[in-house]
Amino acid sequence: MSAVIENHHDDHHHGPAKGLTRWLYTTNHKDIGTLYLWFSFAMFLIGGAMAMIIRAELFQPGMQIVEPEFYNQMITLHGLIMIFGGVMPAFVGLANWLVPMMIGAPDMALPRMNNLSFWILPFAFFILLSSLFMEGGAPNFGWTFYAPLSTTYAPPSVTFFIFSVHIMGASSIMGAINVIVTIMNMRAPGMDLMKMPLFVWSWLITAYLLIAVMPVLAGAVTMMLMDIHFGTSFFNAAGGGDPVLFQHIFWFFGHPEVYIMILPAFGIVSHIIETFSRKQLFGYSSMVWAMLSIAILSFVVWAHHMFTVGMPLAAELFFMWATMLIAVPTGVKVFNWIATMFRGSITFETPMLFACAFVVLFTLGGFSGLMLAITPADFQYHDTYFVVAHFHYVLVPGAIFSIMAAVYYWIPKWSGNMYDERLGKLHFWLSFIGVNVTFFPQHFIGLAGMPRRYPDYALQFADWNMVSTVGAFLFGISQVFFLFIVIKTVMGGKKATDQVWEGARGLEWTVASPAPYHTFGTPPKVD
Amino acid sequence: MLSNYTNKLTGFLLTLSLFTNPAKADWFALNMTEGATAISEEVFNLHMLIFWICVAIGVVVFSVMFYSMFAHTKKKNPVAATFHESTKVEIAWTVIPFLILIAMAVPASKTLTKMYDDTAGDVNIQVTGFQWKWQYRYLEDGVSFFSNLSTDMDEIYNLVPKGENYLQEVDEAVVIPVGKKVRFLITANDVIHSWWVPAFAIKQDAIPGFVNTAWTKVDKVGTYRGKCTELCGKNHGFMPIVVKVVEQDEYDLWVSDKKEAAFKLAELTEKEWTTAELVERGESVYATNCVACHQVNGQGITGIFPALAGSDIVLNDKPRNIEILMEGVQGAAMNSFDYLSEVELASVITYTRQSWGNAEKGDGEIVSPKDIVDYKKPKI
Ligand code: HEC
Ligand code: HEM
Ligand SMILES: [Cu+2]
Ligand SMILES: [Cu+2]
Repeated sequence: MSAVIENHHDDHHHGPAKGLTRWLYTTNHKDIGTLYLWFSFAMFLIGGAMAMIIRAELFQPGMQIVEPEFYNQMITLHGLIMIFGGVMPAFVGLANWLVPMMIGAPDMALPRMNNLSFWILPFAFFILLSSLFMEGGAPNFGWTFYAPLSTTYAPPSVTFFIFSVHIMGASSIMGAINVIVTIMNMRAPGMDLMKMPLFVWSWLITAYLLIAVMPVLAGAVTMMLMDIHFGTSFFNAAGGGDPVLFQHIFWFFGHPEVYIMILPAFGIVSHIIETFSRKQLFGYSSMVWAMLSIAILSFVVWAHHMFTVGMPLAAELFFMWATMLIAVPTGVKVFNWIATMFRGSITFETPMLFACAFVVLFTLGGFSGLMLAITPADFQYHDTYFVVAHFHYVLVPGAIFSIMAAVYYWIPKWSGNMYDERLGKLHFWLSFIGVNVTFFPQHFIGLAGMPRRYPDYALQFADWNMVSTVGAFLFGISQVFFLFIVIKTVMGGKKATDQVWEGARGLEWTVASPAPYHTFGTPPKVD
Repeated sequence: MLSNYTNKLTGFLLTLSLFTNPAKADWFALNMTEGATAISEEVFNLHMLIFWICVAIGVVVFSVMFYSMFAHTKKKNPVAATFHESTKVEIAWTVIPFLILIAMAVPASKTLTKMYDDTAGDVNIQVTGFQWKWQYRYLEDGVSFFSNLSTDMDEIYNLVPKGENYLQEVDEAVVIPVGKKVRFLITANDVIHSWWVPAFAIKQDAIPGFVNTAWTKVDKVGTYRGKCTELCGKNHGFMPIVVKVVEQDEYDLWVSDKKEAAFKLAELTEKEWTTAELVERGESVYATNCVACHQVNGQGITGIFPALAGSDIVLNDKPRNIEILMEGVQGAAMNSFDYLSEVELASVITYTRQSWGNAEKGDGEIVSPKDIVDYKKPKI
C-alpha cells in the first residue's frame, strides 16, 4: 500500500523542521491541522471550565460562588469561546488534515495564508480572555451581544471584544477561501464533484456560508464600534437608530452560523456510519442536495430568533413556515443514515458509538427545534432553558460528538497508533450519560418557566437544576479523561494498519499510517 | 448585590447545613402551564400536539434504528446488503414529513393570528422596562408606579431561609380586572427587556424607542407571576413580574386608592422639609434606585460607576447635580430619573449631598421638592 504514495520528487524529500519554528513557520496542512485541533481542545477546556462555574452557581437557589455581574461575564465568554474557539477551529483543523488527503491533493492551495489564518487566532482569544482583567470586567452581554446592552451600557472592554471578533472573522474567512480554492482546483483526476467524499462536500458548503456571513458579523461589530466611539446612532433609539436592526443583522449571520457548526458534522458522521456498517452510504446524492437546501434555507429563517421583538404578523408567519421547512432536508439526512445501517454488518467501535449517539441526540435537538419554530409556542419557550436544552442538544452531542468521533476515527491515520478501545468506550459512555443528565432536565426547567441567563432562580426549579449540575461535572471530568486518551495514543500504542478500519473507503486510507509529512506528490487516479 | 467574602462564606456554609432542603422542592415541574386564558390554553394544546407528533416520529424512526443496531451487527449479519439508493423511498420520506409539517402549520398559524389583535383594550397599561424594575402606567386613570423585587438580600445570600415566593415577589403588583380585555403597551427606558407572564402566554420584548403591544383576557381571579426574559444587565434575574387579577369592584377601589395616594404626594411636595426628613427619606430612595450602580457606600465601582462620595458635582454644584438626575448623562448608563416624584428626587439628592462625609467636604446645600418643581418649569 504505502509504496503507492512514496514520493520521488527530490525537492519533496524533507520532513518537518525541528523545534518551535516548525510550528510557527509551517505551511504543511497536517501541521496546521494539528495546531488547529490542539488549539480548539484548549479552548474547549477553558470554555468548559467556565461552564463548570456557571453550573456550580446554579447548583442551588441563592448566590453562592460568584456575583451576578461576573456570572454574566462567564455566560458570555463561555458561549463565544465554545463557538468561535472550540467548534469552528476544530472543524477547520479537520478540514486541514482531511480535505487534501481525501481529494488526493498534496496540500492546501494557499499554504502561507493557512499559516496566517491559524496564527492570528491565539491573539484573538488572548485579547478576549484578557478582558477579564480589565476595568469593568469582560463582556457581559451574552454571546448574542444585543445592542444597546453591548454599546451604550457595555463595559469598556467591549472595544477589545470587537477587535477580537474581527480577528476571528478574518481567520474564518481566510480558512474558508482556502478550502474552496483547494476543493475547486486540486481534486485528483477523475474526482468529479459528485464523487467527492461527503466531508469534502460538507466543507465546501460550509465555506461558502462562512464567506457569506462572516462579513455581516464584521459589519455588526463595526457599527457597534461607531456607536460607541464615533457618535453614530445605528442602534441607539435616542439618536434615531434602531436596536432591532442589530438583531436582524446579528441573526442574519447567526442562523447560518449554526449550520456552519453542524454541516461538517453531517459529513463526518456519514463517513463513520458507512465504514462501521460496512455498507455503501445510502442516498449519496440526496445527502448532497439536503446539505445544499439546508444551506440556502438558512438564509431565510433568521428571524425565528426574534419572534418576540414585535414583528408584523406576515413576517412571523413567513419565518415560521420557512423554519419548519428546514426539517425536511434534515429528516432526509437522518433517514439516509439509518438506511445505511439497515442490513449492514455493524460493529460498534468508539467512533461508531459517538456517531450513533449523534444521530439519536441530534434528532432530539431537531425535534425541539421544530417545536421552537411554532411561533405561538415559541412565545412560551423563547429565552428559557428550553432553548438552552435545544441548542446544547444540537451542539454538544451534535457538533462536539462528531468532532470526538472524528478524532477517534482518524487518529490512527494521524498518529500511526490505535487508541485504547476500552478507554475510548468508557469515555463515550461517560460523555453520553453526562450530556443527557445535564441537558435533558433543562427541557423541564425551561417549560416550567425558568428564563435563561439567570444567575439565581425560584425554588420550583431547584431539583432539576441540581441534577443538571451533577451531569455537567460528570461530562466535564470525562473530557479531561479524553485529553488523557488522546495524549496516550499520540505517545504510543498498537500500530495502525494503513486501512485502519475494515470497512473504510476513501483516499486517506490508501496512504501509510501515520500519514507521511507529504502525501499525494503525484495525484492518484480516481475512477 | 454586594457582599463581602465572610458574608459569602457563612452564606455558603449555611446553605450546606441548614437550608439544603428548599421548602418547595418540585420534581414535577416538568411541563408548560396551561395558563389562565383562552389563548394560553390554545398555546398549551398546540405545544402538546407538536410534542406528541415528535414523539410518534421519534418512536418510528428510532425503532428502525435500534432494530438495525441489534439485528444487523457483524455477528448476526456478516455480509452487508449492497443497496444504496431507492428513488421511491426517498421521495416518500421527503413528501410525508412535508405533509406532517403542513398539519402542524395550520393550527399554529390560526392561533398566531388570534394573538395578533391590537385593537384597544378596556384597560390599557403602559409597561416600561428599567434596569432593573418595571413601571406600570394606567393610561385611562393616570395611575403610575414602579414594581421592584421585594425578596430580601439576605435570602439571596443564603443568610436566612428562602420564602415561598423567593425571587417571584414584588413590592407592588400590577392589578387588572377579571374578564376584561387588558392591553399592554410595552417599551423600555434603557436596554431591551422582555415582559413574560406564562399564564397569559404573553412574552413581548420591551425595546427602547419602540412600543410593542400584547393583550389578555383573564378568566380566573388570582395572582400570576412572570419574569424578565431578555438579558438586561447585572440584575436581569431580579426583576420579576406579579399580576393580580381581581373582581371589577375590587379593581375600582384599588384605582381610587391609588389616585388618593397620588394626591397626598402632591401635598407633600408643597410642605417645608427639614434636612433630617429629606435624608431619612432619601436613604430608601437611594437604596431602591442607586445602590445597584453607585453602591451603598457611595463609592461606585471603579471604571464603570463613579463614586458619589467626594464627587465634585455632589459636593459643590447643586444645579448640575439636579440636572444630571433629571436629564441623565447622554451615552452613559446614568439615565434620567425624571420619572421619580419631586419628593423622591429632592430627598435622594439631599441624601447623597449629606452622606459619606460629603456635607463636611462640600457646600452641604440641600435640595427641596420645590427646587425640582422650579427646575421643571419651562425656562424662558
Ligand atoms: C445603571 C447604573 C446607574 C444608576 C442606577 C445610577 N447611576 Fe448615577 N451614574 C452612573 C454612571 C455610569 C455615571 C457616570 C456618567 C458619566 O459622566 O459618564 C453616573 C453619574 C452620576 C452622577 C455624577 C457623578 C460625577 O461625579 O460625575 C451623579 C450625581 C449620580 N450619578 C447620581 C445618581 C443617583 C442619585 C442615582 C439614583 C437616583 C443614580 N445616580 C443612579 C450610573 C448609574
Ligand atoms: C431542525 C432543525 C432546527 C430548527 C427547526 C431550529 C430552530 C430553532 C429556533 C426556532 C430557535 C430560536 C429559539 C428561541 O430563541 O426562541 C433556535 C435556537 C438555536 N438553535 Fe436551532 N434549530 C435547528 C437546528 C439547529 C442546529 C443544527 C444548531 C447548531 C448546530 C442549532 C443551534 C441553535 C442555537 C445556538 C440557538 C440559540 C441561539 C441563542 O438564542 O443563543 N439549531 N433553533
Ligand atoms: Cu436559527
Ligand atoms: Cu432582563
